[in-house]
Amino acid sequence: MAKTSETLTIADVPSGAGAAAILAAGIGCAVLGVFGLMGDAFKAVGEFFKFYSPTGPLSGVTTSAIVVWLGAWFVLAKMWSGRDVAVARISALAFVLLAIGFALTFPPIVDLLQGK
Amino acid sequence: MEISWRDLWTMSHGMGFGALFMLAFSGAIAEFYRMSAPGSTTLPNLRHSALLRFYLIGMVILAWLTVLSGTYIVYPWYRAVPPIGTIDLSAFPRNLLLSSPSTSGWHSLGMEWKEHVAWIAPIGMTMVAYVYLKYGSSLSEHRSLRRAALVFAVAAFVATAVAGGFGAMINKYAPVRGGETIHLMTGK
Repeated sequence: MAKTSETLTIADVPSGAGAAAILAAGIGCAVLGVFGLMGDAFKAVGEFFKFYSPTGPLSGVTTSAIVVWLGAWFVLAKMWSGRDVAVARISALAFVLLAIGFALTFPPIVDLLQGK
Repeated sequence: MEISWRDLWTMSHGMGFGALFMLAFSGAIAEFYRMSAPGSTTLPNLRHSALLRFYLIGMVILAWLTVLSGTYIVYPWYRAVPPIGTIDLSAFPRNLLLSSPSTSGWHSLGMEWKEHVAWIAPIGMTMVAYVYLKYGSSLSEHRSLRRAALVFAVAAFVATAVAGGFGAMINKYAPVRGGETIHLMTGK
C-alpha cells in the first residue's frame, strides 16, 4: 500500500532487485578472496591471472571477480526482479560470503590454508 | 618546491580519491543508520533524497577511481623488479621493504592484504548506491534491505580503512618516487 510523506509518495517496490544486488555483492567479495587464494596457491593460476603484466596476478584476480560479480548480479536480477523474496535469509547468506571475502584477503589466513 | 610524477599519482590515489571516499563514509553510514534505526519513520523529502543519491554516486566514483588508480598506476611502480645487482633499492619499494626483516611485514602483511581487500569497497558501495537509487524513499518499507546496505557500507569502510592505513604506512617506509619532476614553485 502506498504511503505519502510531505513531498514524496512511497510506492511499494518488490524486494527482488535489491536482494539480487546484495547477494551478488556477497558473491563478488567471496570470489575475490577465492581467486586471490588460488592465484597465490597455484603457480599456473597465478600466471593465468596476469592479465596486465605490470600489475601481475592482481589484475586478473580483480577483473575476474568483477566479471563474476556483475554476471551473478545480472542472473539474479533476471530471476528476482518484480517479485518479493526472502531478503533476511538472502542477506544472511550475503554476509557469510562477505565474511569469506574478508577472511580470504587476510594474508595469515591465506598462508594457513596453504600450510605455510 | 617540486613533486615527482609518481608522488603526484600516489597522492591523488591515497589523499585524493581514497581520503575523500573515507571522509564521505561518515555521512553515508549515519544516513543509513538513521533510516535503519529501530522505530525510524522519518521519510526524506525530495531535496534530501536527491542529495543522498548524488552523494552515493560520488562515493561510488571515488571508490572505483581509488582502486583503479592504485592497481593500474601506483602498484606497478611499487612492484617494479630491480635489475640484478642493484644496491640502491629506493626506486623499488617492494624490494626495499623485503630487504630487511624490520620492514618486510609491511609488504607481506600490509600490501598483500591491502591490494585485495580494497576491492571490497567499490563492490559494496556500488551495491549500496544501487539499492538506494532503486528504492529511494520506499526503503522505509524494506528494513532488511536497509540493514544489508548498512552492513555492506560498514564493510566497505573497514576495507578502505585497512587499505588506506597500510597504504599510508607503506608509503612512509618505502615511498613510490620517481618519474618526471613537476616544479611547483621556486623557494626563497
